[in-house]
Amino acid sequence: MTNKSGSAVEMINLQRIFGDVKALDGLNLTIKPGQLVALLGPSGCGKTTALRLLAGLDLADGGQITVDGRDITNVPANKRDMGMVFQAYSLFPNLTAVENVAFGLKVRGISEEIRIKKAKELLDLVGLSREANRYSHQLSGGQQQRVALARALAIEPKVLLLDEPLSALDAKVRTQLRDEIRRIQLEVGTTTLFVTHDQEEAMAMADLVGVMSNGKLEQIAAPDDIYANPATAFVASFVGAMNRIPAKLSSGKVEFLGQSVKYGGGSSATTVVALVRPESISVTPTKVNDSKSGTVIARSFLGPQTRLTVKTHEHGTHLHVDMASSDALELTAGTNVSLTITASTVLTDADGKN
Amino acid sequence: MTEQIQSRNVVAAIPNGGDSRSRRQTSNLRKNLFDYSGLIPFFVFATLFIGGPTFAVIFNAFLSNEGSWTLANVQLAFTDVYYLSLLSSLKLALASASTGVIFGLAIAYGVAISGKPKLQKIVSTASGVFANTGGVPLAFFFIAAIGNYGLVTVGLQKVGIDIYSGSFTLFGFSGLVLVYLYFQIPLMIIVVYPALEGIKSEWREAAVNLGASKALYWRYVGIPILTPAVIGSFFLLFASAFAAYATANVLTQGTIPLLPLQVGTLVSGDVVADQANVGFAMGLVMIVVVGIAMTFYTYLDRRASRWRKR
Ligand SMILES: Nc1ncnc2c1ncn2[C@@H]1O[C@H](COP(=O)(O)OP(=O)(O)OP(=O)(O)O)[C@@H](O)[C@H]1O
Ligand SMILES: [Mg+2]
Repeated sequence: MTNKSGSAVEMINLQRIFGDVKALDGLNLTIKPGQLVALLGPSGCGKTTALRLLAGLDLADGGQITVDGRDITNVPANKRDMGMVFQAYSLFPNLTAVENVAFGLKVRGISEEIRIKKAKELLDLVGLSREANRYSHQLSGGQQQRVALARALAIEPKVLLLDEPLSALDAKVRTQLRDEIRRIQLEVGTTTLFVTHDQEEAMAMADLVGVMSNGKLEQIAAPDDIYANPATAFVASFVGAMNRIPAKLSSGKVEFLGQSVKYGGGSSATTVVALVRPESISVTPTKVNDSKSGTVIARSFLGPQTRLTVKTHEHGTHLHVDMASSDALELTAGTNVSLTITASTVLTDADGKN
Repeated sequence: MTEQIQSRNVVAAIPNGGDSRSRRQTSNLRKNLFDYSGLIPFFVFATLFIGGPTFAVIFNAFLSNEGSWTLANVQLAFTDVYYLSLLSSLKLALASASTGVIFGLAIAYGVAISGKPKLQKIVSTASGVFANTGGVPLAFFFIAAIGNYGLVTVGLQKVGIDIYSGSFTLFGFSGLVLVYLYFQIPLMIIVVYPALEGIKSEWREAAVNLGASKALYWRYVGIPILTPAVIGSFFLLFASAFAAYATANVLTQGTIPLLPLQVGTLVSGDVVADQANVGFAMGLVMIVVVGIAMTFYTYLDRRASRWRKR
């Protein structure tokens, strides 16, 4: 297999409007050669639309797409050299697995001998050499998606595009195939855009995770960075678990649970909601009933970690607190606890969405 | 055999599209018998009205007027006017089935890609009705419209168009083809629609994405996928036209020798006495032709529906 280094992709201020829906509302996204970027976002935020514009299966109403610096906005889909893997059911049913994989080479006029050889190599790469002569209705869902991946890679695409390729599969196959896709992507070095609404999938696979909302990119950063330093309240709430605690904002400090923490951005109204991760709160048993205390009302054991649900005395808010299971032994339901915020800064969101 | 064969075929065509495999796997005998007990009325009906007559036809076809076994009837069925009627029935079935396939396919394709669910609903319901319209009412409908003194004929004459100026006549071969299209086109729409609907937009997009032009997509994917369904439908339409009786009987009044009409005349014994058994022999020929066509149809339909699963 030729290990060509991937292409650079740039999407600049992309607009796509369907009736009165702005599917893309000024999307900017840059992917460096060989990177795997996962686009993450709630349903309807425009992920598929972005992918289809890049593939040329749909045309933008505004903006520009470049690949390796060349403007491809008006290049037809069949001349773009992008390999796409669809959500499901995209294999040609009249062709066998190996013929499916060879299809892109066939339409490029490559001789049968060479294209079958290449197709077999790719089936080997995705672990399906023995299924080469099966039709799609003789393959499991996971196998079909592997063939689809091999088919997309066969044309040595400039960019590999995957639109929720694992969402139709069951959980076990999904994790397995996810790791395999990443392994293969690293091996062939193809620049890849991966759409998903599963954050665990995005976090596990991607070099960079781009979080989208309402047709725009909210933030793009490495998985740990997105989690630890969300740029906006939307990203903070969308990625990972987040407590929403009633708070007041005054002179650069967010005040809640009888404590005051440095304001890290977000809503700047006086009455806000503080966004705090479950692991950024620590609890200790106490006898005192004050604004920084609450009662443990539930406890769930999650292996190495235990998640407590604490009802605050101040507002009766239910909070999640994650802690090492070994530290949570005596914190049974009914225990009165004092709550300490361990985060150095907190983001805020507008009040009223609690 | 009457026009009923059409409606029977249509009914048979639809459940055939599904997956028959799951049904085949039930193993428990008692459960099986129970499952089938609901079908007793059907089996009784089939035995009385399909099995019985078929057996009678076959039996009589090999019986001489004196009551001994003979092949003479069958041999006679392939001579003279009897043979001509077989040929013209085949010709009529071929012409009306191929025209029906072309127009029906074009309409079904247009409707399938229109993306208009309401239109799709209307067309499928209307096709269901029209595909089962046939026989005497249909013939009179056409006579009233485009017969020698039909409304449309006369109306067109008033504006200077004479549809009878050429060789056209409603009561000849071309007229029959035209009238048969009235049920052939809807029949085609019904049987081919599931195949068209089963074509996934992902296939087209995947092909384009992999570098294929529209033409190459059709060549390597679209047409191969549709071919079994289209050819299968052709055989169904062929059988349907080949066996149609009442419409032809009214329209041609015997001017064109057609196999079903010959059979009708001979078996009823109105005209020629002693020839009833030749009629049965020709009936046997009909059963064989329809049987072959339906076998092809069933085989191809199964092939086509394999891709329609999931
Ligand atoms: N062809 C279309 N016609 C009309 N509206 C469309 C079309 N395609 C997408 N939209 C709309 O554009 C918006 C974005 O759709 P898109 O498919 O990109 O979302 P998505 O992020 O992929 O969502 P999901 O996670 O559900 O797949 C949605 O509101 C959708 O209804
Ligand atoms: Mg989508």
